[in-house]
Amino acid sequence: MAGIPHDHYEPKSGIEKWVDSRLPVIGLLYDTLMIPTPRNLNWWWIWGIVLAFCLALQIVTGIVLAMHYTPHVSLAFASVEHIMRDVNGGYMLRYLHANGASLFFLAVYIHIFRGLFYGSYKAPREITWIVGIVIYLLMMATAFMGYVLPWGQMSFWGATVITGILGAVPFVGPDIQTWILGGPAVDNATLNRFFSLHYLLPFVIAGLVIVHIWAFHTTGNNNPTGVEVRRGSKAEANKDTLPFWPYFVIKDLFALALVLVIFFAVVGFMPNYLGHPDNYIEANPLATPAHIVPEWYFLPFYAILRAFTGEVWVVQAASFLTGGIIDAKFFGVLAMFGAILAMALVPWLDTSSVRSGRYRPMFRWWFYLLVIDFFALMWLGSMPAEEPYASFSLIASAYWFAYFLVILPILGVIEKPEPTPATIEEDFAAHYGKSDATPAE
Amino acid sequence: MFKKLALGSILALSLAPLSAQAAGGTGHVEDFAFSFEGPFGTYDRNQLQRGLQVFTEVCSACHGLKFVPIRTLADESGLGLPEDQVRAYAANFDVYDPELDDTRPGKPTDHFPANTGAGAPDLSLMAKARAGFHGPYGSGINQLVKGMGGPEYIASILTGYTGETKEEAGVTLYENTAFPGGWIGMAPPVSDGLVEYADGHSNDAHHIAQDVAAFLMWSAEPKMMERKQAGLLGVLFLGIFTVLLYLTNKKLWAPHKGKKHA
Ligand code: HEC
Repeated sequence: MAGIPHDHYEPKSGIEKWVDSRLPVIGLLYDTLMIPTPRNLNWWWIWGIVLAFCLALQIVTGIVLAMHYTPHVSLAFASVEHIMRDVNGGYMLRYLHANGASLFFLAVYIHIFRGLFYGSYKAPREITWIVGIVIYLLMMATAFMGYVLPWGQMSFWGATVITGILGAVPFVGPDIQTWILGGPAVDNATLNRFFSLHYLLPFVIAGLVIVHIWAFHTTGNNNPTGVEVRRGSKAEANKDTLPFWPYFVIKDLFALALVLVIFFAVVGFMPNYLGHPDNYIEANPLATPAHIVPEWYFLPFYAILRAFTGEVWVVQAASFLTGGIIDAKFFGVLAMFGAILAMALVPWLDTSSVRSGRYRPMFRWWFYLLVIDFFALMWLGSMPAEEPYASFSLIASAYWFAYFLVILPILGVIEKPEPTPATIEEDFAAHYGKSDATPAE
Repeated sequence: MFKKLALGSILALSLAPLSAQAAGGTGHVEDFAFSFEGPFGTYDRNQLQRGLQVFTEVCSACHGLKFVPIRTLADESGLGLPEDQVRAYAANFDVYDPELDDTRPGKPTDHFPANTGAGAPDLSLMAKARAGFHGPYGSGINQLVKGMGGPEYIASILTGYTGETKEEAGVTLYENTAFPGGWIGMAPPVSDGLVEYADGHSNDAHHIAQDVAAFLMWSAEPKMMERKQAGLLGVLFLGIFTVLLYLTNKKLWAPHKGKKHA
C-alpha cells in the first residue's frame, strides 16, 4: 500500500494462509502497524495519537452517558443531574466527556498548526489535509450539538445564537433555520435531533479518520525537514525511517500518558474550569443571560463572525455591490466559513517550493504571527462586542485572511529559502550524532 | 522537548477559560476559607450537618433543593447521617404521590421538595452556577486551589447586606455588596444567633453563612470527594506509567541515537 519500499507481510502458518487468501486483514494490520516512518519526527507529531485517543474516549464515555440521558426539554437537565448523583461513576463519565471535548480541540489545533508550519498540506498530501479539515468541521458540529444536550442556559442560548446565524443567509436562511431547528425556535424537536446527530457524527468522524490515515500512509508521513523519504531501494528507505511499531507507538504512548496526567488533574481537581457556570442553570427561554459566550474552542471563529459589522467599509462595499443581499450579518457568516475555507485551500495558496517552515526565513515570522493572531482572536471572541475589542477583532480577522490569501502566495515568490538537508538520515545524524549507517551493538 | 509539549498544553489551557468568566457579575466576593478547597481538600462533615440545619430551619422556607435525593444525606463522603435519621428527616415532608393521588410522608428515595413560592431560585446547583473568582488575570487558574468561588459567593451574599433598602415596582430591594447590581430581592436571611447548633459551634452570622454555603457546595457536587480521589489515582497511575514509558522509549531509541548535540 505505502509508496515507501518495506517488507510486507507473508502468511506463514497454515491458518494464516487460509485467512489471508480469503480476507487479507492480517496483512493490512501488519502493513499499517509496521509502516516506515521518518525517524526524525519531533514531538509535534504526537498529537495524532492524542486525537485518536480522544475520539475513542468520547465514543466510549458518550455511549454510556446516552444510556442514562433523556433528550426532552423538561427532563434533560434533571437526567444530567441523575448521571451526576445516581449513576455509578456517572460524575466521572460526564466530566471526562465534557473535558475530553476540550482536550480533543486542544489537540486538533496543535495538530493543524503543526501541519501549517511544516507544510504537511503540500503535494502530495492535499487529500490528507482536506479530509482533516472536514474532520475538524464535523468535530465542531458534534461539539456544538453536544453542548446543547445538558439543556442549561448556555446550551439553550448558545444554540439560539449560533443557529440564528443561519437565518442571515439571504432568501433561504429563515427556512433553513426552521428546518434545522424543527420549528420556529430552539425547542424539544431541536434537542431530539441534536441528540441523534451528536450520536451519529462521531462515527462519521471515525470513518474519515481511517481515510485520513489511509491517505498519509499512501504518501508517507511528512517530517520536520519536509524532505521526502528516499524510495530508491529498501536499504535507502531504511536509513531514513523506522517502523511505526515499536518506535513510534512507544514514543506516542509516552507523550499521550504525559498529556493524560494533566488531563486527569483537570478532570479530578477542576472539572468545571472550562465550562460556563450558567450551564448549571436550567434552560429558560424567557431569561437571556447577560453574556452569551461559546465554548473556548469556537472563540477564534466566533470573533471573525462578529468582526465584520456594518461600519466596516468592505462590508458596506459588499452590501452596495450586491444590492443589499450581503448585509453585515451575512458577511460575518461568510467570513467565518471563509476563514476555514482559506485554511482548507492552503495547499494551493502556498506557492513555495520548500515544504518545511524550518528552512523558510521569512515564512517563519509570518507563521508565528498567525499563531499569536489565533490566540488574540480567541481572547477577542470572549470579549463583549464593543470598542476597543471590535477594532482589534477586525485587524486580527484581516490578518487571518491576509496570511492565507496574500502572504503565502507572495512569500513563495520573493523568499529565498535556506538549504534543506539532502536526506532525513543526514538531518537525524546531525541532531543525534549517529545513525544506523554504523549499527550499534 | 517535554517542556515544549507541556508548555503548549498549559498555554492553551490558560487561555481557554475566558469563556467561563462572564457569570458571577461584579459584586465583591469575600474569600472565605473552606475545608474542601484544593486537590486534597475534604468536606467537613460537622460543617455540612450544621449547614443542613441552617438550610432546613431558614432557607427552605423560600428555596427548593429539587435535584438532591434525600437518601444522599447518608453518603459517607458527605454528611454521613445514620439511616434512621435520614428516614425521620424525609418523613418531615409531605410528598405528592401520583399513584395514591394524595400526599404521603416523604421517603429517603424522594428528593428535597422544590419551592418556587417566594420567587426564589432552586439552590441545588447554586454553588456551581455562580463563579466568585476568575483570577489571576481572568485566567481562572486559581480554581485548582480554591474552586471557582461558588460557596464564597453564597456566603458573601448572606453577609453582604448593608442595611439599606429601597422600593421598586412594589417590591423591597436590599442593598448587598456581593450581588451584581447591588440590590437583591432576598431579605437578609441570616443574623447572629439565628440558629442554635447542637455541637456548640459559634453561631454568629458569619459562621452560619459559611456553614450553609458549605452545605450548598455539597448539594451541588455531592461526589466531590470521590472525584478528587479518582483524579489523584489517575494522576499517580498515569504518572508512573509515563515514567515507565519514558524509560522504555529511551532504551528503544538508544541504538539509533548517539549522544545528542547541544
Ligand atoms: C424570605 C424568603 C427567603 C429566604 C428565607 C431565603 N431566601 Fe435566598 N432568595 C430569596 C429570593 C426572593 C431570591 C431572589 C433574589 C433576587 O434575584 O433578587 C433569593 C436568592 C438567593 C440566592 C441567589 C442570588 C443570586 O446570585 O441570584 C442565594 C444564593 C440565596 N438566595 C441563598 C439563600 C440562603 C443560603 C438562604 C438561607 C440562609 C436563603 N437564601 C434564604 C428569598 C429567600
